[in-house]
Amino acid sequence: MVHSHEDSQGHHITPFVVYLKVAGALFLLTFLTVIAHHFNQQLGVLAAPVAFMIATIKAILVILWFMHLKYDSVTNRVIFGAGFFFLALLLAFSGLDIWTRVVEYSTL
Amino acid sequence: MATAAAHGHSSDKNYLNETSGIWSWLTTLDHKRIGIMYFISVMFFFLLGGIMALLLRLELMSPGPTIMTADTYNQVMTYHGAIMVFMVIIPGIPAILGNFFLPIHIGAKDVAFPKLNLLSWYLLMTGALLAFSTLFTHKIDTGWTFYTPYSIKTGTSVVTMVIAAFIMGMSSILTGLNFIATVHKLRAPGMTMYRIPLFVWALYSTAILQVLATPVLGITLLLLSVERAFGVGIFDPALGGDPVLFQHFFWFYSHPAVYIMILPAMGVVSELIATFSRKTIFGYTAIAYSSLGIAGVSFFVWGHHMFVSGQSATAGIVFSFITMLVGVPTAIKMFNWIATMYKGSVQMQSPMLYALGFLFLFAIGGVTGIMLAVLPIDVHFHDTYFVVAHFHYVMVGGTLMAIMGGFFYWFPKMFGKMYNEATARLSFVFIFIGFNVTFFPQFVLGAMGMPRRYFDYIPAYHSLNTISTVGSWLIATGFLIGLYTIINGLMKGEKAPANPWGGKTLEWTTTSPPPHFNFDVEPVITAGPYEYR
Amino acid sequence: MSTDSHSAHGHEHHYAHHFRSAEHEYLTSKEGIWLFMVTEILMFGGLFVGYSIFHNIYPEMFAEGAKSLDWKMGFINTLVLIFSSLTMALGIFFLQKNQPKKAAMSLAITILCGAIFMVIKYLEYTHKFHLGLFPGRYLDVAKVGAEHANLGMYFGFYYCMTGLHGIHVLLGMCLISWCLFRTIRGDFNPNYYTAVEGVGIFWHIVDLIWIFLFPLLYLVG
Repeated sequence: MVHSHEDSQGHHITPFVVYLKVAGALFLLTFLTVIAHHFNQQLGVLAAPVAFMIATIKAILVILWFMHLKYDSVTNRVIFGAGFFFLALLLAFSGLDIWTRVVEYSTL
Repeated sequence: MATAAAHGHSSDKNYLNETSGIWSWLTTLDHKRIGIMYFISVMFFFLLGGIMALLLRLELMSPGPTIMTADTYNQVMTYHGAIMVFMVIIPGIPAILGNFFLPIHIGAKDVAFPKLNLLSWYLLMTGALLAFSTLFTHKIDTGWTFYTPYSIKTGTSVVTMVIAAFIMGMSSILTGLNFIATVHKLRAPGMTMYRIPLFVWALYSTAILQVLATPVLGITLLLLSVERAFGVGIFDPALGGDPVLFQHFFWFYSHPAVYIMILPAMGVVSELIATFSRKTIFGYTAIAYSSLGIAGVSFFVWGHHMFVSGQSATAGIVFSFITMLVGVPTAIKMFNWIATMYKGSVQMQSPMLYALGFLFLFAIGGVTGIMLAVLPIDVHFHDTYFVVAHFHYVMVGGTLMAIMGGFFYWFPKMFGKMYNEATARLSFVFIFIGFNVTFFPQFVLGAMGMPRRYFDYIPAYHSLNTISTVGSWLIATGFLIGLYTIINGLMKGEKAPANPWGGKTLEWTTTSPPPHFNFDVEPVITAGPYEYR
Repeated sequence: MSTDSHSAHGHEHHYAHHFRSAEHEYLTSKEGIWLFMVTEILMFGGLFVGYSIFHNIYPEMFAEGAKSLDWKMGFINTLVLIFSSLTMALGIFFLQKNQPKKAAMSLAITILCGAIFMVIKYLEYTHKFHLGLFPGRYLDVAKVGAEHANLGMYFGFYYCMTGLHGIHVLLGMCLISWCLFRTIRGDFNPNYYTAVEGVGIFWHIVDLIWIFLFPLLYLVG
């Protein structure tokens, strides 16, 4: 078999204990999400961003380790990242429209 | 210069006669055969969509009901749009010419995922069948854009049609996915990204759009179906929803979709102009990056379809400004094509006539697009025939011209036969003249205020509408002559040499038609694709 | 396309003719899988965008709807899916280590977790139906005692998002079952496990979406 740079990329084996650590972190963060929820009142307007941020950290853990993207090619990282970028674009411009609308009253 | 063993095969075996029988075609994994199957299907859909267009123009020949009722008009108008958009122009060049030539252009034996490729064709056929079934249930009348709230309320088979569009969208996604992986991974040794033909750059940029934009159409259509079934109220203003949000979601896909329609056409034009000018393309890198640039910017401009929808002025201004930017990479291409011809040795065979037709018609279409990008102008022109003329100039004058040029250019390679050059030129003349007679008056009509999608109009618009209808008969004649040329060529054409046009891209180094595996020996590339001088 | 490897001792994998090597096929297949995952993100993402926008327009109505969600059920489901992601990743790990029996076990547990998730989902749905909390126009505002007339919109989103997610869970379970079958049959080895990796990435996407759905629907409300 030809041993190229791509080989090591393709067949990287994540150690068993790393998987356990990532899973453990994910469980912890889930507990954290629920605990933060109990402070919903105190967090007020920050409640949603905090929950979203914790979810993002969990997502990054899943993506990098469980989905192996940390050890994968740059191309695959760019491909996957592009999805989130354009999703954000959809939200941003639709939101721009909706939240800059000015209520107009008919002069008739 | 690219080397490839074209003469190694002494037998007459090629991809067409390698295996025989209809089952060998329906289960084929050969990208070339799949391209041919798309060719037949899409041509059939184009015929249907074209008949719808002729019926529309016949109705609009004079004010008042001419051959149909107002309700029927709305239905015919919708099917014309839906068929042409989803079944002809979006699959069009990528699925037919792209499938056939992308692997050959990069020196590969096939696309990355041949089974997915076949699945794409079956998905298109399934979606099309489902769409046509609505002709026998409740013909839809919403326009191909399915705007809410009418699409929620109308009693027609909207859900079936949007499911059909969803399935056809999946076909498009898989084709795009296949092409990206193919371009990334299957290039022959020495074929760097800066040595691939510009047709491949165009298909690559298109594929990115297909993969990123189409899923949003998918969820939009799903939500529309849910809205109809359950009255959820997302898009229905009576229930607290926002019909403009439907438009945001819809155009997020549909604007990149129009670039899915035009980018491959521009790729074909690059090939035609280089070959028929016997000159290396001017500004290869600029054209390559402009394809990517157009694809990228296309995601940021969708709101220019919504200037008068109730969208905020702020959003409108942002969309208007960014839309004008898209003219820049497009213009770069136009100038580079012309610069390629300058001091070239221009051959005026029919493929080149179509390419030149493209330049002229797309220039008009593109410039009127910039006009519409100007927000206050669009407020006046929105939903008038000015817009109808604009998009027909770019889609028909642009993409369809390029498809015809591409068909005739690659016909000898695909089928191993030459077609009759005289009838091909005749078809061009009829199509070119007919197209302008049909659609130029529509710019004037739009400026005069004639609304689009209307069954009837005031007498002041009568004469221009009649002229437009006569034009449609000229176009139809042109396409029929073209069809005759193709069929006649298939049946009685002379045997085609490997390289009738003197092209320099890899397909001209193999036999006409190519062998099953494209190349007997994997080519090794040592130079760019247009090394004339 | 790829054909199955023939023998366990040879660890040979017959790759498709248009690739240069098995490795070439593997890397290309992976790229294809990621390209497909992007489409899943964009499709689901559209729902998230819609939800975010309307949550912002009707905050009190969304809060009312969210009250009927039991965060404990969602919490358990989150833990179940995270655990299933672990076992899915381990399934691939054991195949890489040439331990197909443990791999099969891991895949089986993953499917089981998926089933548990769906059972809990079923319980949640039936409970809501019992309370008359249907989507859209099927929610009888008077009968349910709703404060907001368009409460049906909230449940439209709820059933759409969790329903589409649930369909993907079921799809994932079917795909993993197919991988399990092929593992038992001896199709995979340290040199070829592409299908399992692909299905695994799909399963992680399903987990990923739930990671965002849980706080969005159950907590933020």
